[in-house]
Amino acid sequence: MPPALEVTDLSTHIKLSRAVVQAVGNVDLRIDEGETLGLVGESGCGKSMLGLSILGLLPNGGRIVGGSIKAGGRELVGLPERELRRIRGNEVAMIFQDSLSSLNPTKTIGEQVSEPVRLHRGASRREALERALEVLELVGLPQPRERLRDYPHQLSGGLRQRVMIAIALSCEPKVLIADEPTTALDVTIQAQILSVLDGLRERLGMATLLVTHDMGVVAGRTSRINVMYAGRLVETAPTERLFSAMRHPYTQALLASIPRLESDNTRALVSIPGIPPDLTKPPSGCRFASRCPRATRQCAEQEPPLSGDDPSHRFACWHPVDGPEIRTPTIAVRERSAAALRAASSTNGHHLLEVVDAVREYPVTAGTLMRRRVNSVKAVSGVSIHLDVGETLGLVGESGCGKTTLGKMIVGVEKPDAGRILLNGAEVFRLRGRSLRRVRRDLQMMFQDPYASLDPRMRVQAILREPLVIQDVGSRRDQDRRVRGLLDEVGLPANALERYPHEFSGGQRQRIALARAVILEPKVMVADEPVSALDVSIRSQVLNLMKRLQAEHGMASIVISHDLAVVKYLSDRIGVMYLGKLVEIGTGDQIYRTPAHPYTEALIRTIPLPDPVAERSKSDVGIRGELPSPVNPPSGCRFRTRCPRAQSRCSEEEPLLRPFGHGHMAACHFPLQPPAEGNGAGGAVAAAPDVSGAAEAAT
Amino acid sequence: MAEYAPLPDVQTLHGTPPIGPTPEGGEVQVIASGWKLALREFLDNRLAVVGALVLIFFVLFCFVGPLVYHTNQTLTNPLITDLPPGGGHPLGTDENGFDELGRIMVGGQTALEVGFLASFIATVVGTLYGSIAGLAGGIVDNVLMRFVDILLSIPFLLIVLVLATKYSATVLEEALILGSFSWLVPARLVRGEVLTLRERDFVYAARVMGSRRSRLVVRHLIPNALSVVIVNVTFQIADAILALAYLGFLGFGLQYPSVSWGDMLGNAQNYVSEGYWWLVYPVGGCLVAVVLACNLIGDALRDAFDVRLRRR
Repeated sequence: MPPALEVTDLSTHIKLSRAVVQAVGNVDLRIDEGETLGLVGESGCGKSMLGLSILGLLPNGGRIVGGSIKAGGRELVGLPERELRRIRGNEVAMIFQDSLSSLNPTKTIGEQVSEPVRLHRGASRREALERALEVLELVGLPQPRERLRDYPHQLSGGLRQRVMIAIALSCEPKVLIADEPTTALDVTIQAQILSVLDGLRERLGMATLLVTHDMGVVAGRTSRINVMYAGRLVETAPTERLFSAMRHPYTQALLASIPRLESDNTRALVSIPGIPPDLTKPPSGCRFASRCPRATRQCAEQEPPLSGDDPSHRFACWHPVDGPEIRTPTIAVRERSAAALRAASSTNGHHLLEVVDAVREYPVTAGTLMRRRVNSVKAVSGVSIHLDVGETLGLVGESGCGKTTLGKMIVGVEKPDAGRILLNGAEVFRLRGRSLRRVRRDLQMMFQDPYASLDPRMRVQAILREPLVIQDVGSRRDQDRRVRGLLDEVGLPANALERYPHEFSGGQRQRIALARAVILEPKVMVADEPVSALDVSIRSQVLNLMKRLQAEHGMASIVISHDLAVVKYLSDRIGVMYLGKLVEIGTGDQIYRTPAHPYTEALIRTIPLPDPVAERSKSDVGIRGELPSPVNPPSGCRFRTRCPRAQSRCSEEEPLLRPFGHGHMAACHFPLQPPAEGNGAGGAVAAAPDVSGAAEAAT
Repeated sequence: MAEYAPLPDVQTLHGTPPIGPTPEGGEVQVIASGWKLALREFLDNRLAVVGALVLIFFVLFCFVGPLVYHTNQTLTNPLITDLPPGGGHPLGTDENGFDELGRIMVGGQTALEVGFLASFIATVVGTLYGSIAGLAGGIVDNVLMRFVDILLSIPFLLIVLVLATKYSATVLEEALILGSFSWLVPARLVRGEVLTLRERDFVYAARVMGSRRSRLVVRHLIPNALSVVIVNVTFQIADAILALAYLGFLGFGLQYPSVSWGDMLGNAQNYVSEGYWWLVYPVGGCLVAVVLACNLIGDALRDAFDVRLRRR
């Protein structure tokens, strides 16, 4: 019996106006029925183009230049468009990454799910709707009958992704290509979607190609993994084998560079230097050679073939490694400088930064002429945090939990509706004009999207000088010297100064953004999702750099991320937010090892681990359901609608932060561990100051 | 382009831990600047290049032509009225005995002058107005933009016709009148662009640095909205030249001895029935060619600046 999908020696090129991108080169892969194959690689490595080649949906200028694709024994390359259309969505279906742009906003869910059934099965409208209902139920969409008439924008991201899966499954395809199916989703929703995909594969027995950049996602759900780098397959092995006995240095470094919850955050992460090669002019030898620590002349001159003693485990490398035993990085990040701690104790009683009961609500208005305020989006509802000199506080939570709004309030671009934000004991939003501008020097921000945060019409020199010019710091010559010094510090060559932002890769742009945030020597830097837009191999570079700059410049920072591992690596203390509330705060180890709030615990449990054994042993998906609307948050405890421990008290009474140890506080009526003694529900507020004092002593 | 760092010798390689042969942040690949990419894309568009050539030809034809081809355009000569093409007059003469070819050159001068001047006025006023409205937001934005709506709803031709019954204008006056009605469209365009730009992270970043609003507008918002403005300029020129033609045709022409293509067409309509085709087709053809050229250039610029359409 032929495999469900077999790709042999496939090469795909994309013709641009002046160059040809050799997106996919000589790739082989094979998926049997009922098998899930993982395809892992960074952005631009050709994994999506491979998926699109299989479906014959290449973008303009894209062309398969060689090789064959067989689905169920039938050759797809060279098939006329009409035949291909019959196969697409019918025998081979695809789930795309971005559910909002992949669904038609003007058609109802019912129409869109039933469309393939009508096209391929010739079903009537009514029959197709019946089938749509069936598959929507299958993918776990709550109340599918009512949703049939909904439009995509009325559903949340997680539900939309379920609809996407339903569309792909409506004709019972034999092969399913899932291209980054969960990348745009929160971890809690990601776990749900992945388990839906898992269940469906078991029930329907289709072959699945799971394309992703996330080693954690493929670890527990695939039988084999193919690793791609710069258009080539560099290693293919059974999943356990790949994680425990990889041979390619790229695979090894990729796995090692992922920050993990259990790892020691005083050590630098392993990182892969440099950036992937330009595929319009691929190097003649091994494509990883320029970034590989083991590279020799042979690597630069001759391309290694995909080979190996064991036919099930093949790799393309002249100097293979043996398993994950990478040198533990000896360069420990300098301990938080003693000077900073001394400074902390000398700030006569008050913290460097203090946020007291900050509230921010965005009005929801109705009516066209007379804008009436009908309700509001409760972005941040009474959050209090503090930060000391040289300290790093992490904020984690799902999207929509208010962490970015809080960050923007701290740097002063959003104004709190209530509450106070104090820097060195002085309230930031009381200041005006010159003194406000002076304070901004101490509060800088680093943004998530490195492509949006740099003005595309300015050269790097102007971008880096701008904070100095605005703040009128130093003479022109001083400014230039500082810009050059910092550029060197963030690891960019001096010729970068004359270049425009679009000429840099994502990681390089984030380095520039970091340099810009640091150049004024701020006291507090807020980093909003600093690495979430970057590739895994680049991520660890930037994390190491941030860690180094934090220590060297002695600034305090607030790191905002949805990724608990990233936050834990960078921070001393972590605050967990849920729907505008701070639900738990404590040191990294307290949060990770002894979480008190059920949400924190679930968040930790849902993070996909790059470890097949641990990942397979997970029994449930963590948190069920979706994030409630911040317009009408649940009464009492806001987490109660998704909480397994919720009781009637949770809906009636809002839990206050209670201490659970030195500096460890959580807001829950039924915590996972008993609270520290001597504190009733009312004692939390009174206890807060001395507990934070204890935290200082602990660090 | 992408130069790869030369690989060090094997010994040094195995001696140095993870820091590889490339610098920490990687090499910077030298790609053309955004403007150069746009220019390249523009030049790839054949029609646009033709349009640009046509426009350059007409600028030379109208401004350099009279220096080479001397004609009398000020004194009427009743002896040689309405001559068909031929003899010393390649395109014949008009009802006043002016050489038609020379007259097209002179008329083209005013058409291009008014076109460029009016679009310049419209663009400068519109860009400033739109960016201020967009950045200010709230009530200021509302008031400013409703004013634009009001002006847009005033029938422009009606006003001009009322003026036409009383006056004729100089080039500057004509450009001012056309400009004062056509800044509305760029104002709306720029405001829309600024509304999206001001929510972008780089504008937030400048605000975090403590940038004043004036700096935001001048250094960040206007440069980034410029591509929209540039595209609009070409359409503005075309529109102004056409509007000038309408006005001339309807009688609100330029003061003697100035003449525009519209005036010429307006006069010519009296003689069409007598078969004096040379008074209509050449000047009409020039008008169409210039307007078409501007539109082709505008279309190509739009494509060139649009990142989504750019294939690099």
